[in-house]
Amino acid sequence: MSFELFGTSVYIVYPALTLGFVGVLALLVLGSIAALVLPAMQPGKWSDLGPRMRSWWVIVLLVGGALFAGWQATAILFALISFLALKEFLTLAPTRKEDRLIVLLAYLSVFINYGLIFAESLFDDSYQIYLVFLPVYGFLIAAAAMAWIGRTDGYLATVGIVHWGTVVCVYNIGYIAFLMRTPDAEAPAGAAGLVFFLLFITQFNDVAQYCWGKAIGRTKITPRVSPNKTWEGAIGGWLTSAVVFYLLAPYFTPLQPVHAAIVGLVVPLTGFFGDITMSAIKRDLGVKDTSRLIPGHGGVLDRLDSLTFAAPVYFHLLAYFAIERF
Amino acid sequence: MLQTIRRYALMLVVRPVARLLFGLDTIGTEKLPTQGPAIVAANHNSHVDTLILLCLFPSHLLPKLRPVAAADHFDKGGFGSWFSRNIIGIIPIKRGGASRHEDVLAGAKEALARGEILVVFPEGSRGEPEEMTRFKTGVARLVEFCPAAAVTPVYLQGAGRSLPKDARLLVPFNCTAVVGDPISWSGSHHGFIDELRTCIEALKQQAPPLRWE
Repeated sequence: MSFELFGTSVYIVYPALTLGFVGVLALLVLGSIAALVLPAMQPGKWSDLGPRMRSWWVIVLLVGGALFAGWQATAILFALISFLALKEFLTLAPTRKEDRLIVLLAYLSVFINYGLIFAESLFDDSYQIYLVFLPVYGFLIAAAAMAWIGRTDGYLATVGIVHWGTVVCVYNIGYIAFLMRTPDAEAPAGAAGLVFFLLFITQFNDVAQYCWGKAIGRTKITPRVSPNKTWEGAIGGWLTSAVVFYLLAPYFTPLQPVHAAIVGLVVPLTGFFGDITMSAIKRDLGVKDTSRLIPGHGGVLDRLDSLTFAAPVYFHLLAYFAIERF
Repeated sequence: MLQTIRRYALMLVVRPVARLLFGLDTIGTEKLPTQGPAIVAANHNSHVDTLILLCLFPSHLLPKLRPVAAADHFDKGGFGSWFSRNIIGIIPIKRGGASRHEDVLAGAKEALARGEILVVFPEGSRGEPEEMTRFKTGVARLVEFCPAAAVTPVYLQGAGRSLPKDARLLVPFNCTAVVGDPISWSGSHHGFIDELRTCIEALKQQAPPLRWE
């Protein structure tokens, strides 16, 4: 697609991606106007909206900028996000005085995990190594290193916590960055379109669940884990997201209609489970937010919750149904 | 010149790095003093504590911030001494071994008289990580000397895990600082430090639970 702007012709390589990004920016503008108007109309009720919208601007510009700049920038940004998420997790989860070195090793896994995304020319196919590195070798190294350190009380619980944290915060989130290494020719809006669509649909699902829940929510779905979630909200949001996914899939993914329907049904569902899993963990640890890093939102993990589950599943389904590279 | 360099180093290097490594989750920073003379008193677990406290203040107050630090540790002469005094901005204080007639608090008192903001750790030592020990009365004697200086209590959590005493490795963990309402001179040394200690212990309730054994 091309058009004239101030006498020079502008080429847009991926109209769907550009339109999607412009749409998100339009939503941000609307939200920011609401954040200015609503607190004035109903004082005290919307105090959180201003900082929340400002943080959204930062998130969207950072992620959008990284997707625009390419897979290297995206990998570096998500490596940083993984580090911050893992730090939040290991700060709140119980660890022992002897585990400081293990925690440092866990941070080192961020470098190796994301390094594998860069190391394609170093190994024959670093994707194969990526798949097994943290789930298998991270597991073996953590278990052996902690046995070597020698404190046995609380061993099993702590080794489980460290492995859980690295898989959820580093390995699962790393899939988002690895998806950017899809050859652009394999997707209608390039690799960036695939990533954009994942981020869009998981956030859309959160919003859709919230709206359906507010509108017709009655029956609590997980009263002890996440008391505000209802069956009506979860199912309404799930089906809405599935329909939106199915309708937009031809513009962003190489999926055939049947496969798009399957992915559209599965990904929002995994997002929901990622959300309640993080809620269960926060309840177990006795906190509401995982940190105060993002004003109006809480911590990095609070924002990532549904993505930690949705990202690997979306990646694997795309790889299975459509993408030759993986 | 040196002050300008310090200020920009804090804004452009120290604070971003500290945020990356230690998160710097803060509660109640609006209660911190905005002008001297004033005293900020916190519990002490790690050298990182001083860094966190310096990062809590707006950078234009940096020239006024004076951490009171042990002379036997930070003022041993040479480059270390110069760096502690001129870059960190410490006021050295003698721990033990001072003669009866010597006022170990003289340096801190002069700073208060100049209208500076003292950063003190009433425990006097880092001690066991993430455990609060007995408070010394020095801070009470400083407020008695300068009642205009209110003491703002701060509870610090997590730095003892990142860099405990005698540790060689720094491990990033998120740290939390909870600032309480300033308290004024009450007329008794022991009464004052008891009140301060109770305040800091109460602030602990607002920090996220720490599970580290």
